[in-house]
Amino acid sequence: MSSPLLAVDSLRKSFGTLVVSDDVSLTIEPGELHALIGPNGAGKTTLIHQLSGTLTSDHGRIVFDGGDITSLSLAQRVRLGLARSFQITSILPDFTVLENVAVAAQARAGSSFRFFAPVGDEAALNESAHGALARVGLSERSAVRAGSLAHGEKRLLELAIALATAPRLLLLDEPLAGLGQEESKAAIALLRRLKSEVTIVLVEHDMDAVFDLADRISVLVNGRVIATGTPREIRGSAHVRAAYLGDEVPL
Amino acid sequence: MRDAQTEVTRALLQPPRTPALLMFVALVLVPLAARFGAESFILSVFTRTIIFAIAALSLDLILGYGALVSFGHAAFMGIGSYAVGILATHGVDEILLQMLVAMLAAIVFAVATSAVSLRASGVYYIMSTLAFGQMLYFFAVSLSAYGGDDGLTLSGRSRLLGTHILANDRAFYYVALALLAGFYLLAQRITASRFGRVLRGIRENPVRMRAIGFEPFRYQLTACALAGAVCAISGVLLANLAEFVSPAYMTWQRSGELLAMVILGGMGTLWGAILGAIAFLLLEEVLSGLTEQWRLILGPILILVALGGRGGLAGLYARLRRRTGGGAP
Amino acid sequence: MSTALLLVQTLNGLQLGILLFLIAAGLTLVFGVMDFINLAHGVQYMIGAYLAAMFCAWTGSFWAGIALTLPAALAFGLLLEVLVFRHLYGRDHLDQVLATLGLIIFLNQAVKTVWGAAPLSVPMPDLLSGSIALMDGLLYPVYRIALIGVGLATAGVLYLLINCTRVGMLVRAGATNAPMVSALGVDIGRLFMIVFGFGAMLAGFAGAMVAPILSVEPGMGDNLLILTFVVIVIGGIGSIRGAFVAALMVGLIDTLGRAFGPQLLRLVLAPAAASQTGRSLAPMLIYILMAAVLFYRPSGLFPVKQ
Repeated sequence: MSSPLLAVDSLRKSFGTLVVSDDVSLTIEPGELHALIGPNGAGKTTLIHQLSGTLTSDHGRIVFDGGDITSLSLAQRVRLGLARSFQITSILPDFTVLENVAVAAQARAGSSFRFFAPVGDEAALNESAHGALARVGLSERSAVRAGSLAHGEKRLLELAIALATAPRLLLLDEPLAGLGQEESKAAIALLRRLKSEVTIVLVEHDMDAVFDLADRISVLVNGRVIATGTPREIRGSAHVRAAYLGDEVPL
Repeated sequence: MRDAQTEVTRALLQPPRTPALLMFVALVLVPLAARFGAESFILSVFTRTIIFAIAALSLDLILGYGALVSFGHAAFMGIGSYAVGILATHGVDEILLQMLVAMLAAIVFAVATSAVSLRASGVYYIMSTLAFGQMLYFFAVSLSAYGGDDGLTLSGRSRLLGTHILANDRAFYYVALALLAGFYLLAQRITASRFGRVLRGIRENPVRMRAIGFEPFRYQLTACALAGAVCAISGVLLANLAEFVSPAYMTWQRSGELLAMVILGGMGTLWGAILGAIAFLLLEEVLSGLTEQWRLILGPILILVALGGRGGLAGLYARLRRRTGGGAP
Repeated sequence: MSTALLLVQTLNGLQLGILLFLIAAGLTLVFGVMDFINLAHGVQYMIGAYLAAMFCAWTGSFWAGIALTLPAALAFGLLLEVLVFRHLYGRDHLDQVLATLGLIIFLNQAVKTVWGAAPLSVPMPDLLSGSIALMDGLLYPVYRIALIGVGLATAGVLYLLINCTRVGMLVRAGATNAPMVSALGVDIGRLFMIVFGFGAMLAGFAGAMVAPILSVEPGMGDNLLILTFVVIVIGGIGSIRGAFVAALMVGLIDTLGRAFGPQLLRLVLAPAAASQTGRSLAPMLIYILMAAVLFYRPSGLFPVKQ
């Protein structure tokens, strides 16, 4: 059996007396799409924050591709190949769509302490940016100011930005949030294509999408992982059903 | 609709060259025009203007492109002028050497203070740059060996490569103008470079930049050091123009004036900062020629610019262009 | 250094601290509640001193002059709020900096135009003139002691207002989270106006109180303003308690540093070097203190913002 891409061991985080991650242990295998589900306030976004380095953990260890990354910053983890998207869209509004993605490619392609050559002329960066935009289907909009994109397009742009950092693990926090039905369908198709190219941890409320896409699912309740398994196992688990009781999430 | 957006984007990416070019042509012609008036007075007013334009340009680099509101930028003018004063006192009067020392000192000061200031954000950042500026001001006041509170009169202008060419007002003017042009081109390159793009990205959204792998601190610190070094050169020139060095060059009011120049001209355009310095100083000059109470007019003008003028003179230019339909470059 | 000298300088430091607090109290609320950078707060202190000079001369009485100065300073603050400040809430910090810088330039010139460039003075009231012996051979002016007393009393009243009244509660809530207070249906515009006018009055009061011991002149508020900024940054923007603690710290450190710094350095340095270093270091002390505070506590000693 191959070693996991990401191994999380006894991760804990509390804000004052409120424990949001309670002894979370998880492994993410290379190539899988691993979904995190759970009722609102279960600590899914907090866990994404901890994995990506946006928040530091109080206790526990995170090992990425064999190296301990527990004490690394967000930026350092990205450079190792661990990219994230945000639940609330986070882009550079006054940059063009292309530049939003090109600057992400730039982060992985050599030093940015270069002061003289016009960066707009760097063909390699622009090419990989165009490539990432093509993967999410935004090629036509590359010259537009990012702030003037529609909401759904901004979600796609954010995905392209994450892809341009050449990630080996993609942490996606509710990529389908706020999308219309058609947009949602297209985005799910996109995620299905992506899952064959990169390992993904997906937080999502759309249960149809989750059970459709995921290889494995972990269920978080009150900051604890109460079950991990294939979609079929999770669907059949009485334990999970009990935990969701009273919550209207259809299983 | 799509086309209009692309148009806006292109305008954002390519700062208009025409106004900058016109401005520099006008500045080149100033000494020729000055012959028909009070030549030495006009030359000295415009040399001073150019010197402040260099300082404002350097401030725009961190203010307009990095969103770092430094309220202590005049400290770097002070560093530059004291480099001249102190070195000249000890017999070193070669301006290139003085510039080198000034830039190095400015970089050291910028790195040391920004390392603290950049930890704070928003109002705290502004206030801490102000405090460091004041610290240097009081340090200069305490330098009794170099004039203390009263300042230090120089025995003459510095030498350039051993010659006394800078003693000629017109030559000095053109040297200052050449430096301004050089720094303008340099700043244009920097803002369009890899580094500049990262700096602009941090201005837009620091969290996003972290999430793609950039630590804002390193880039902001570098930008502060660069801006400080350029501003120190303006200090070197100011000391030479006045043949006098004083703590008054780095009061907080002076830092405020530098901010006012950049805002008046329009942040984040580089040429706007230069235009702002010209407008501010010429306004001061004209108003003070009209009446002794000129500050009663200057103050309200600044208030009105703050209340109504979005984007300063450069913003006004962009709006006028859009209205007259002169879109395509 | 003698005990007597130490006592005198400590009292002087206390007096500076109290003065700084009166100015900082209003400013820290304006910063904290409205997220507003007000550079023009120092000119309100100056205006207070000028108003006091004018009213004292008109009425021929110090007390009547002070009594008239308070409402006049309040009215002036409200006038500025209506004319300039209210149009700048929620705007970029830079617009606020530029507008209030313009105000400083205008008002510094305006007092010159109205009252002349020569410094004015306010006669000391008979009741508070003279000195008392604090200990053998140590005389200290009564007025300065009264100043410390009045300042402490004002701080006490302010404490009660902030902690025990409805407006005070709203101000505290506003400093912590202004949008929330606004969302609760409070007229935030009126709250801002009250805070602003009150802050202007306190600064004017401070100016009026020091008028008998300082010369009243254009620009007198400019350098004090910077000290006030240092105070509110050290204390934590929006915190009255922080402003009080930091004001006393800054007042004492600045005064004692200037008075005893060179002597203290003499313990470790040669006398000539000590007096040179001491003189250059003393005025920088408070800025070094501020840098240190910012380094370890980037939001000040008593952070309030959430």
